[in-house]
This record gives sequence, C-alpha cells and structure tokens, in this order.
Amino acid sequence: MTDKEIIAKLPYQAPFLFVDAIEALSENGLTGSYTFKSDEYFYKGHFKNHPVTPGVILTECMAQIGLVSLGIYLLRNEHVLNSNIQVALTSHQIDFYLPVFPNEKVTVISEKEYFRFNKLKCKVKMFNRNDELVCRGVISGMLKVLQDEE
Amino acid sequence: MEKTVLIEKLKVIIEPYIQDEDAFKNLTETTDFVKDLKINSANLVDIILDIEDAFDIRLENEDMEQMLNVKAAIEIVQSKQNSK
Repeated sequence: MTDKEIIAKLPYQAPFLFVDAIEALSENGLTGSYTFKSDEYFYKGHFKNHPVTPGVILTECMAQIGLVSLGIYLLRNEHVLNSNIQVALTSHQIDFYLPVFPNEKVTVISEKEYFRFNKLKCKVKMFNRNDELVCRGVISGMLKVLQDEE
Repeated sequence: MEKTVLIEKLKVIIEPYIQDEDAFKNLTETTDFVKDLKINSANLVDIILDIEDAFDIRLENEDMEQMLNVKAAIEIVQSKQNSK
C-alpha cells in the first residue's frame, strides 16, 4: 500500500484534511507531515489579530496522521481500499509544549500500542521543522472496514 | 475459580469504565455491559484486555462478540481457564 493510497482513503477533505504526506510506515508506526497554510479558516478567529493553530486542530492533525492513516495501513489486508472505513475517535490525552504558527510544517510520529478488536491505541508526538517537540500524547479510536451489504 | 470470587475480580476490572453508578451498585449476572453499565465500545476493548491480563487468558473476536453481560463474561473466562 502506498502513501498516496492511504491519503486518498482518508475520510476527510479541505478545509479539514490535515495530512500532506506519509513519509514512513510499518506495522508498528507511521510518520507523516502537514504544513499549516496561512489562509486556514481557523486563523481568522484564533486569535483575534494573532493567528495561532488551535490545540484541537493539532490534536486532529495528530489523529488523522497517527491514528487514522496508520489504521488504514493496518487494515490493508481487509480490502480497505475497496470498502468504506468507519472511524470514531474514542479518547485522547495530549500535552502541548510549543505554539504552531501559519506556514509551519509539522511532522507527526505515531507508535502503535495495540490494535485489537477494532480499537487502535497509539502514542503520538508532533515536532516542528526545528525538530522541537510541539505536543505529545495518547490517542485511541475504533476503526473498521464496512463490509458491502449483499 | 469460584463464581463469586470471579465476579468480584470482574467488578474491579470494569469499575473504571462504567457510566451508570446505580447499575454497577446493583450488578447481577444479567447486567449488560453496554445497555446497563453504559460502557462504550472502546472501553469494552479495554475491559477485554484487562480480563486477559488478570486471568492470564487470550480472547478472540468471537469471545468479544459473546461477552455482552456479566454471566457471559464469567462463562468465557471459566471455559478458557479450564481449557488451559
């Protein structure tokens, strides 16, 4: 499965797709990146005259790369490319260390803790272009391939 | 393992994940994990994994599907332990 196939399979689109590239992937984890464009819709309101990427958006970016993209790869043997995928975020606990401003590129590194009974739990870290830790935490979700109804 | 001991052990495992305190206080063998205790699907997986560790057994997808209430959980744990 290629990085392009994974990104095409993600159930998101602009203005809520926060994955540009998947750089490394394996059974145990995945690395991906996203560059926050200067005209992202949330910068108009967060904050007034002082655009900073909201923590919830950083969390979403971590979940789309670290949890959902990895999940699609892990489900590759279940015909995920030809089926619909059902995704539900079930819990996250994230600590934040540095702000992310417009035009910044972030890299997300995800490490699988387990994927059993459709639940994927990952340790996820986000770094900025200077390799400084932006945020890190644990994200879990339920992921499954919807079988076509006969 | 005796059933009452097993239920007590099970209660310790599920307590962190329950949403309905009253249903938990009045827990019986017919208490349903989802309908009565209002446990979500992700936490049900946590319970399954905790049961595996606590009883040193390995559970499969079909066990998970059957494990809807306290009685079913006890039966599955007992049968896994006996077949070890």
